[in-house]
Amino acid sequence: MNVTLRDPRIERPAQQHLGFVDCDVHPFFRTPADFDPFLSAHWREHRQSIGNRSRAGLARTSMYPRMSPGNGMRGDSWPKTGGPPGSDLAMMREQLLDLFDVKAGLLAPLVGGAAAERNVEFGAAMAVAVNEWQCAAFCDPEPRLKGSVQITLEHEQSAIAEIEARAGDRRFCQVNIPPRGLEPLGRHRYRRILAACAAAGFPISLHLGGTGGHPSTGGGWPSFYHEEHPSYVQSMESLVVSLVCEGVFEELPDLKVVMVEGGFAWLPSLAWRLDKHWKRLKAEAPSLKRAPSEYIRDHFWVTTQPMEEPERAEDMLQTIEWIGPDRIMFSTDYPHWDQDDPRYAFKVRLPDDWARMIYRENAQALYRLD
Amino acid sequence: MIPPGAIDCDVHVTVPSVRDLLPYMEPYWREHVERRGLERENLDTSAYPPGAAINARPDWKLPKGPAGGSLQALQAHILDPLAPEFAICNVIHGAQMIFSEDLSLALCRAINNWLAAEWLDRDPRLRASIVVPPHSPDLAAEEVERLAGDRRFVQVLLLAMAEVPLGRRFMWPLYRVAEKHGLPIGVHAGSSFRHPPSAGGWGSLYLEDYVSFAQGHAAALNSLLAEGVFQKFPDLRVVLIESGVTWLPASMWRFNKTWRGVRAEVPWLNRLPSDIVRERVRLTAQPFDTPPDAASMLRILEQFGSDEMLLFATDYPHWHYDGDEVLPAGLPPDLVRKITRDNPLATYPRLKQEQTR
Repeated sequence: MNVTLRDPRIERPAQQHLGFVDCDVHPFFRTPADFDPFLSAHWREHRQSIGNRSRAGLARTSMYPRMSPGNGMRGDSWPKTGGPPGSDLAMMREQLLDLFDVKAGLLAPLVGGAAAERNVEFGAAMAVAVNEWQCAAFCDPEPRLKGSVQITLEHEQSAIAEIEARAGDRRFCQVNIPPRGLEPLGRHRYRRILAACAAAGFPISLHLGGTGGHPSTGGGWPSFYHEEHPSYVQSMESLVVSLVCEGVFEELPDLKVVMVEGGFAWLPSLAWRLDKHWKRLKAEAPSLKRAPSEYIRDHFWVTTQPMEEPERAEDMLQTIEWIGPDRIMFSTDYPHWDQDDPRYAFKVRLPDDWARMIYRENAQALYRLD
Repeated sequence: MIPPGAIDCDVHVTVPSVRDLLPYMEPYWREHVERRGLERENLDTSAYPPGAAINARPDWKLPKGPAGGSLQALQAHILDPLAPEFAICNVIHGAQMIFSEDLSLALCRAINNWLAAEWLDRDPRLRASIVVPPHSPDLAAEEVERLAGDRRFVQVLLLAMAEVPLGRRFMWPLYRVAEKHGLPIGVHAGSSFRHPPSAGGWGSLYLEDYVSFAQGHAAALNSLLAEGVFQKFPDLRVVLIESGVTWLPASMWRFNKTWRGVRAEVPWLNRLPSDIVRERVRLTAQPFDTPPDAASMLRILEQFGSDEMLLFATDYPHWHYDGDEVLPAGLPPDLVRKITRDNPLATYPRLKQEQTR
C-alpha cells in the first residue's frame, strides 16, 4: 500500500508563502527559431548552419547529463501543447505564478548560448535577441515576470551598449553574467562592464552554469553530475573571492551582486576564511580598505534554491543569522528537477519577520519592485 | 597550552635545495639532475611561495634558507616547547608537480630517503608522509611498497588539486597499496596548477589561490565519495590537511542533498555521504578558519556531529597563530584531549602499534 507521508514537523500557514517574489524562474523557447525574428538575416543563417559553439565537447547536450529529460526538468512541467518545460506561459502561470500568487518572478533565461559563445559577434547578436524574446514571449504578456539582461562578457562594447540600452526599462531588473567565464569576474578586463551595470542601477545576477572551458574543479574534470552539481558552489565561492580581493567594491561602491542557484550555507565559512588569511596577506591586496567579510555583507545577496538542508533543521536559523536575513531571497528554480516549493523548502519555521524579508521584502527593495 | 603526549599531524619540512637531495639519488638521476642544472634550483611551488607571510611565521624564519628547513629549528620551535609525542612531517615540493613521471618519482624517492636519514633518524619523535608522483599512481604505488616496511612512514601524501579528481579509478592502484599497509591518504592543501584553481579561470592574487584551497578540498572529497573509493577500499582513511575545517558542515549538507536527488547515477554510493565522511575522513585543525565569536564556534563544532574528526596540527612553519595559541579558541577541554591524542592515534594505525609495543 502506498501511503503519503507528511513530515509532522512541517506546519506552516499557507499565507506565509503567498505573494512571494521568485528570484529564479527559467523561461524556455519552443523552438530555436523563436529567436529568429530578432536576428539579422546574416545571424539567422549562421544560427541555422553553424549554431552555438561553446568550449565543450558536446554541442547541444550537457557534458553532465541531468537525471531527467530536457536537461533536468521537473517531470510534470512538460506542456500538453508541446514544447519544452518553461516555454508555455499558461502552464507557468498555473504551476507557479497563480498557484502561489507570485508577486514577481525574476527570469533567468539560460538559453541562446550568448554567454559562452566563442564567436563573440554572434554571442552579442544572440544576447540582444534573447532580451527581445524575453519581453515578447514573457514580460509583455505577463508583467509579473521581470527580465534579466543577457550580455556577452567577452565583447565589451556590445555588452555595455546593451546594458545602457536597457537601463530605465522597468521590464528588466538585473544583468545576468555567467559565473564560469574565461577569467574570474574581478579581473580588470571586466571592470567597465561591471561599472556600466552599477551606473545603470542593475544588480548583477550570477546564475550558476555555463562553461569557460576550464574544468569544474581545480583538480580537473569530475566524472558525474553528482559532483558537478555541488561544484557550482565552488564556482560561486571563487566569484566572491575574486570580486572582493580585486577591490571591485572600492572602485564601484554601488555595485550589487546576486548569487543565484548556488545555495548559500557555504557563505559564512568562506567569509571567515577570507578574513583570516587576508590578515596575513593584506599587503598583496592594498586596494582593500576593510575586511573581506564587510564587502560581502554590503554587496552580496543570495537566492535560496537549491537550499542546503542542515542535518539539524534548526541550524538553518543560525546560517541565516550569520549571512543576514536581509540578504537572502527566496527562489524556486521552476521548472527544474530540484525546484523548491515555498511551503516545504525550509525545514524549520522562520520567524515571521525573517519570512517576510526572505520571501518578499528583500527582493522588492533590491529590485525596486512596486 | 596542549596536554602532554599530543600528536602534531602537520609539520612542514622544507627541502632547502635540490643539491641536498643529490646524495640520496641513484647515479643515473644524480647525473641527470646535474646535467640539467636542477641542483641549483629548489623547485619552489606556486602553491606555497616561501616568502609569503602566511607561509613563514616571523619568529620561525631562519637566518639562512627557507623556513622549515632545519631540524634544530623545528626542535626549538615545536618539538621541545610543545613536547608532542609524535610530529608528522609533510613535504610539499616541486617533485610532486614535474610533468615527467620518471623525474617526479626520482625526486620523490630522494626526498623520502633524505627525510628518513636527515630527520627521522635524528629525532625519534618524528614521523613522515611518503611523497609520491600523484599523477602516476603505478609508480606512486611502487614507492609506497618500497617504504612500507619503515613504520615511521605513516601516511601517503597527495595534493588536493592535481591532474584528475582524486576519486578517479585511475588513482586506485595507489589506494589499494595504501590500504594494504595501513597508510591513510593525506590530502594536503594546494594545487599543481594543471588546471586553474576554479572553473572561472585564473585569479590574480595568492590570497585568492590560498582561499581556493578549501574549495579544492571540497571537490576532492566529493570525488572520493562519488567514485565510490570508500566502498572499494573499506579500510582506507583520508586525512584532509590544512583545509580550513569550517567549510565542512555546509558541504556535507550539500553532498547529502545532491545524493538524495541523483544517487541513481552512482549506485555504489549506498550510504548518506555525511555518514561516510564522519567514519572515514579526518581534518587537521590548523588553520581552522574560526568564526569571530565563541558561540558560533561551538555551533560549528556541533555541526560536525562527531568529536573524532579533528586532528591537532601546528602547520609549522606556516603562520596561522602567534605565540603558543596553537589550539583554535573555544574548544571544550574534552575535545582538546580527543583532538590532540585520541583522534590521531585512531587515525594512524602505525602510531598506535608503536604505542602498544
